[in-house]
Amino acid sequence: MNIRHFPMTREISLLVLVYLYVPVVVLVGYSFNANRTATVWSHASLDWYARILANPSIQSAAKNSLVLALCAATAATVIALLAALATARAFPSRDGVEAVLKMPLILPEIVVAVATLMLFVALGVQLGLGAMILAHTAFCIPFAYLPIRARIEGLNQGYGEAAQDLYANRFRSFRRVTLPLLWPGIMAGFTLAFVTSLDDFLTSFFLSGPGTTTLPVYIFSSIKAGITPEINAISTVMLVISVLLVSLSFFLGRLRR
Amino acid sequence: MTDSSAVSITAVSKSFGRGSAAVRVLEDVSVEIGQREFFTLLGPSGCGKTTLLRLIAGFETADQGRIAIEGQDVTQAPPFRRPVNTVFQNYALFPHLTVEQNVGFALVEQQMPAAQIRARVGESLEMVRMQSYARRRPAELSGGQQQRVALARALAPRPKVLLLDEPLSALDLKLRKEMQIELKLLQAEAGITFLFVTHDQEEALTLSDRVAVMQGGRILQMGAPREIYETPTHRFVADFIGDINLIEAEALPGNTIRLIGGAQITHPHQAHGRVTLAIRPERARIVALDASHLQARVVHTAYLGTALVHKLALADGSTFLLRQSDLDGAQPSLGSQIGLSLPADSLRVLVQ
Repeated sequence: MNIRHFPMTREISLLVLVYLYVPVVVLVGYSFNANRTATVWSHASLDWYARILANPSIQSAAKNSLVLALCAATAATVIALLAALATARAFPSRDGVEAVLKMPLILPEIVVAVATLMLFVALGVQLGLGAMILAHTAFCIPFAYLPIRARIEGLNQGYGEAAQDLYANRFRSFRRVTLPLLWPGIMAGFTLAFVTSLDDFLTSFFLSGPGTTTLPVYIFSSIKAGITPEINAISTVMLVISVLLVSLSFFLGRLRR
Repeated sequence: MTDSSAVSITAVSKSFGRGSAAVRVLEDVSVEIGQREFFTLLGPSGCGKTTLLRLIAGFETADQGRIAIEGQDVTQAPPFRRPVNTVFQNYALFPHLTVEQNVGFALVEQQMPAAQIRARVGESLEMVRMQSYARRRPAELSGGQQQRVALARALAPRPKVLLLDEPLSALDLKLRKEMQIELKLLQAEAGITFLFVTHDQEEALTLSDRVAVMQGGRILQMGAPREIYETPTHRFVADFIGDINLIEAEALPGNTIRLIGGAQITHPHQAHGRVTLAIRPERARIVALDASHLQARVVHTAYLGTALVHKLALADGSTFLLRQSDLDGAQPSLGSQIGLSLPADSLRVLVQ
C-alpha cells in the first residue's frame, strides 16, 4: 500500500510543518523588528544585530560557546572514531559496549548534569570552561559515534585487504584508504556533536563558572530580565550557524561520494 | 621444493572456526607452480580454491605447512611483505582515488620517485589500454574498464606472482571472452606467473598451462588442460570438466570390460567388479546395430550450430550424450534405435 494514497496526507503534512516551524519563523521575523517590545511590529531594522555585535558579554558568551563546541566536538569525534573502529569487528561483548556508547542519548540530561556537578565539586575540579568541555565531550560521543559507525558498516571490507596487498602496512592502509573513505561519516559526526554542544543549556548552566557563560545560558538569564528583540537576534544567529554547518557537512559528504 | 618454483606450497592445511565447529577447508595441499606459468585452481564453490589463494596473498595464515614464493618462506609474512599482488573478484578499486592514483598506490608505498611512478603508471595503463581514463574515478568506469584498471594496479609493482580471484565472473559472456584473450596476452607480455582461481571449467581450459582440480579441500588432479580433459583420474574431475558420459560396467579378468547388454570391450585395467566407464560425447560413434557396443534410443536432438547433440536413452534407462560434428552425414531420427561404438582409446576406467 502506498502511503501517498491515504486521504488528507498533504493537508496533515502541511499542518505538521506549520506546527514545527511557525515559532522559529516568528522568532526570526521579529529579530528584524525595530520596536523595543518583542511582540509589537513597527518596521524592519538590523538594529538588534548591530547591538549584539557591540555587546561585550554576548561576544564573550559566543566565544565561549564556540571554543566549547569546537573542543568537545573534536574530542568526542576522536573517541567516537576509535570506538567505531573497535566495534566494527565482532567480539563477545560488542553489543554491551555499543549499548554503553549510546547510553547518553537516553539518560535524562538533568540527572547527568547534576551528577557531574556533584562529582566535580567532590573532586575539587574548578567549574568553568574546562569542566564544561569534559562534560560536553561525554554526551557528544554518541552523536559523533552513530554516523561514523554507519559509514564503517557500509564500507567494503575488501579495501583494507587491497591496500595491504599493495604493500601498505596497517597504519598506511588506515591513513591512505580507511580514513579518507570514513571522512564523510567523521564530518557528519563532528557536525552533529558540534551542534549538540552549541545548543546545550542544562549541562553548561550547572558547570559554568563565573565569566564562562555560553550563549544558551546568556539567553536564559537575559529572558529573566525581559524579552527583547536582542534575544531574537542572538537566537537567529545560532540557528543560522547550526543550519549552515549541517548543510555544509551534508554537501561535503555528497561531494566525497 | 626447487628454486625454480615461483610458488611452492607444501602440505598446507587450514581450518576455520574452533573446536567442534571447526571446518577443514584445506587438507594437506601441496603444489609447485613454475616460473611464468599460467596456473589455475579450478573447482566448485567451497572447494578451498579461494582460501588457498588468500593463504598465498597472506590474508589468511596456514594452520600447518609452508608457503614459499621464489624460494623465500612467507608462511608467516603479512600481505604487505609478500611479492605478490591480487586482482580481486569485486576489483576493490579505491573509490576516493583516480585511476592513476589507484595504479600508483603500491609504487608510493615502495617509495619510488615521483617521476618513475608517473612513467610506470603510464606503462601499466597502456598495457590495458586505459591511458585516456587516468583522471577518472572508478565509479565513472564500466565493469570491464574497472577490471582493466584492477589488472594494471596489480601489475604496476611488477609482482613475482599475480593472483587472480575469479576476476572475470562479474563480466558478461562476450566481455569475458575478450578479457580471457587479453589476460593470456598480458601474461606473455608481462612475463609474470599467474595464479588464477575459477569455477568455470571452460575458462580454466582455455587459459591455463596447468590446472589443479580441487574438491573438498584437496587437489584431486593436476595437469595440462588436455590431460585433465582427456584422461581424468577421478569421477568428480571427469564430471566437473565438460560433458561426459558415465556408464556402469563390469571389469572382468584379462583386460575385458562387459557393458550393459553384454557386449565386451578389451581395455587395460586393474579394476575388478563394478566400475565406471567415462567417454566424452564427441568420442562415441554411430554404427550399425549388429556392430555396436551399446544400443540406445534417440530421445532429443539439439542443434548447436557446429554440431548436433543427441540425448540418448540406454537399455538400463540412463542417459547418454552423443555429439555429432559431421552435419552432412546421416542423422538418426527421433525415437529410432541406434548402435554406438565406444573406441577403446577414448574410454577411461575411473576410480570413484
